[in-house]
Amino acid sequence: MASPIEQFQIKPIIPVINFTNSSLFMVGAVAVIVGGLMLATRKRALVPGRAQSVAEVLHDFVAGTLRDAAGDEGMKFFPLVFSLFMFVLTANLLGMIPGFFTVTSHVIVTFSLAILVIGTVIVYGFVKHGTHFLGLFVPSGVPAWLLPFIVVIELISFLSRPISLSLRLFANMLAGHIALKVFAGFVVALLGAGGALTILAPLPLLMAVALMALEFLVAALQAYVFTVLTCIYLNDALHPGH
Amino acid sequence: MAQAQTTHAETEAHGGAHEDIGFPPFKTETFGGQVLWLAITFVALYALLSKLVLPRLSGIIEHRRVTIAGNLDEAAAMKSRAEAAGAAYEKALSEAKTRAQALAQEARSQVSSETEAKRKALEADLGKRLSESEAVIAQKKAEAMANVRGIAAETASAIVERLTGKAPAPQVVEAALDQPNA
Repeated sequence: MASPIEQFQIKPIIPVINFTNSSLFMVGAVAVIVGGLMLATRKRALVPGRAQSVAEVLHDFVAGTLRDAAGDEGMKFFPLVFSLFMFVLTANLLGMIPGFFTVTSHVIVTFSLAILVIGTVIVYGFVKHGTHFLGLFVPSGVPAWLLPFIVVIELISFLSRPISLSLRLFANMLAGHIALKVFAGFVVALLGAGGALTILAPLPLLMAVALMALEFLVAALQAYVFTVLTCIYLNDALHPGH
Repeated sequence: MAQAQTTHAETEAHGGAHEDIGFPPFKTETFGGQVLWLAITFVALYALLSKLVLPRLSGIIEHRRVTIAGNLDEAAAMKSRAEAAGAAYEKALSEAKTRAQALAQEARSQVSSETEAKRKALEADLGKRLSESEAVIAQKKAEAMANVRGIAAETASAIVERLTGKAPAPQVVEAALDQPNA
């Protein structure tokens, strides 16, 4: 029986250009997103059909999330936030198909995305506000003697953002897929064990089905959480004053 | 890529000899390739979405918003036009009513004044004829009365002549006639 972590293995497809199964699913996610959205909006209907409604709901949902968190100024980051949301969501959901590779179950991928977010915040913050951006670490109305501690705490909290942002997504996807595989493995093991144990095989199967539903929820929810946190961090870049 | 770096990774429990899996997400030698392809695909995704998909999507949504707003404006304009037409109709109706009333009033007063004039003319005519008739009657009466005096004088002188054999003097007869209730 395969190990529960075998599904996360990176397998080269075209070694010369480092193209692996992970790369394949990244390309696949982009193709699904762009192709799906273009196909859904090809009619440009005034009264949308089903597919176009889904595309519009996704657009409005991300736009609403961004506007709520960062205001109208935040809308300049809309393409970035929409790309992040769609990429993470599609990668998560593609991973739910049996036998498919889950791009976001690798910490380097989620960490890169988190660095992209935090990098955008830092670069935009300094470009837009200059040194005033550092006011992010100096909350107003704090007693002077407390200030050094607060600044250190704020700095640590800021630096831990990319770590928490990436680890949350990575750990959720990883743990969910491992749990699914473990319960699915139980089914096979019990069936193979024979006798009374074979009768018990449906129990982990039910569990696997329930976990599957949960994992679909987690896949969508983690994409949303990633997006919301991105919006909140971007708001810091737009309005660094506390 | 699958070199036997089995130093820190545990070997598979069974099947022994195949390649070591380790913990794939922590295999640093795969990081470069993943980051490279993530960069390529994400940049491509960003470019395609921001240049192709999002303008189309927001165009559709904006077009719908503009269309709906335009239709609403048009409906509001039509409604105000209809209201204006209704008000104009009401105004015309009330004007027509007042004009009709004025006309009726005028006609009525004209008719009544004409009748009045006719009546007056008639009355005047009648009065004139009445007074003429009265004058004629008075004249006839006077004539008759004058004749009566002549007849009485003649009759009286004739009676006296028959009784006395000689005609009285006309002055006497006249005097006798002038005596009231003789």
